[in-house]
Amino acid sequence: MVDILFFVFAATAVGGALGVVLLKNPVSSLLFMVGTLASLAGLFVLMEAHFLAAIQVIVYAGAIMVLFLFVIMLLNLGHDYRDDLKRGLGMFTGFAVAGALAGLLVSQLRGVDDTPLAQHFPGPDALDALLAERGIIGAIAHPLFTDYVVAFELVGILLLVALVGAIVIAKRRV
Amino acid sequence: MNDLSPMAFWVTSSLKILVVFSALLAVVAFMTLVERRISAFIQDRRGPNRVGPFGILQPVADGIKNILKEETMPATANRTFFVLAPALAIVPAVITIAVVPFAAPLVTPWGTVGMIIADIPIGILYILALASLGVYGLFLAGWASNNKYAFLGGVRSASQMVSYEVALGLSIIPVLMLTGNVTLTEMVWQQQQMGFWFVFPLSLAFGLFVISAFAETNRLPFDLPEAESELVTGYHTEYSSMKFSMFFIAEYSHILTAAALMATLFLGGWSIPFWSGDHLFWYEGMLISGFTQAGEPVAADPGWWVTVLTFLSFALKTAFFVLVFMWVRWTLPRFRYDQVMHLGWKVMLPTALGYVMALAATILVLDQIGVEGFLFGAILTAMSALATGIFVFVVDQDRLITGAAVAGTDREVRSPVRKVRRPVLQAGSSGSSGS
Repeated sequence: MVDILFFVFAATAVGGALGVVLLKNPVSSLLFMVGTLASLAGLFVLMEAHFLAAIQVIVYAGAIMVLFLFVIMLLNLGHDYRDDLKRGLGMFTGFAVAGALAGLLVSQLRGVDDTPLAQHFPGPDALDALLAERGIIGAIAHPLFTDYVVAFELVGILLLVALVGAIVIAKRRV
Repeated sequence: MNDLSPMAFWVTSSLKILVVFSALLAVVAFMTLVERRISAFIQDRRGPNRVGPFGILQPVADGIKNILKEETMPATANRTFFVLAPALAIVPAVITIAVVPFAAPLVTPWGTVGMIIADIPIGILYILALASLGVYGLFLAGWASNNKYAFLGGVRSASQMVSYEVALGLSIIPVLMLTGNVTLTEMVWQQQQMGFWFVFPLSLAFGLFVISAFAETNRLPFDLPEAESELVTGYHTEYSSMKFSMFFIAEYSHILTAAALMATLFLGGWSIPFWSGDHLFWYEGMLISGFTQAGEPVAADPGWWVTVLTFLSFALKTAFFVLVFMWVRWTLPRFRYDQVMHLGWKVMLPTALGYVMALAATILVLDQIGVEGFLFGAILTAMSALATGIFVFVVDQDRLITGAAVAGTDREVRSPVRKVRRPVLQAGSSGSSGS
């Protein structure tokens, strides 16, 4: 059952990603992206990362994609009659950057046992014990607000700075 | 008393899904009738009373009529999204009910069956996730219709839902602070253990939740997306037949879910007040009715009638809030658009943030002193009552909640339209521009 669901979600995720790139209508692309993000949330659920799945849907599929939708509507990009794809050098740069990223990802696919991340991984038994002790959200929240609280607060300040900056830039035009 | 076998789990889950969704759709159909009867009562009319006794079969007649009507499709509409939009609107609205517990667990010979479709560990986050997905249906409906009124309705619904989601999320945080978990079953359990419905110790959170829920369901006084005096009917202007019905069903199932959530989060869910026979909780693989002084769980073996009684309690509370939704709709006028945004961002968001901070500080102090039980709830109740008073009489500043027409008609702050100073045009004054 889990295997079947995995392949269903994986297929929709990859298909949605292709749809985002290949379709010309921005609104279709956006909906395919929502589909991809939702499928990823489904994959997270299959890995029993429920919290991550919920956050994926709330933040990405629900909030950020709605903002994308606003931008598309406000700039009146919602029609596919205008071909505004970049050709020539722009296309070449795009393929080069995408290819480099793909190469970077593929080079990491050879196995996870010797990566730095895997060395810090406490193992499935320790993880189960942690989940049983603190619950699915406490397991993430507790380290976030104790060990990593400085980094967490710094990220918060960074977001605040970005927010204030956006308002300052927009305010000049109004 | 024991866990379900995989086979029993499949069977009971399928049964629950079938029964709950059929019941949901049936209740939604009858809510349309109730709404019309109540509006008739408030406006001193009779309402629909011809089809069946008291008009009970009116929803059936409406359904048949809607199926038989012609499906219209505007020539300039985007076909794919025009068809897709009603489906996107109805799915999140209907499946949200899956995490709401509607009765006490039922003990059967095959194991204990929880009266909730899916008791997933993220509970309330699932509801927030689906609420944030609900925007797409309305927005796409407005956009795909290729009609300016529909489009304006879609844009309004999206901005309104995004704005009030913030206040909705923040109004749930106090509940999480008292519960210590995000599952709705545990929220019911904690309210039973505390002896207080959260509506008392968290009265301001309850108020904010109700206001945001009204805005999220696009109901009056927040029905700007379908303001019929300005936008025909907003995002579903171009829809007919069953596609229109699907938006209608989506709206009413949103109301039902919101009412069920208000009952569960703040009114103790399925628990029956002043009775401890319904204190039941699934704790580490067994059904318990509480803890002994030493902290040992006490096993419970309730009869089937407890499930029935608790379901009635839940249904009563939910029905009460559904009636409040309808009562408000036929009592209050619609806000102006700038008032909606003002209330959402400048009044409710700061209030909710301040309240969360104040409440967290209070709980921390009470925990440090070691206050527990009834006194704990009573102190929080007093503190929240004070916060609610401040919210209504100070933060709101006579603008929205206490009525826009009565107070402060001579105040300049209240007018959103600023006086624009126009350059005075004078004949032959072009030479004076340098002076």
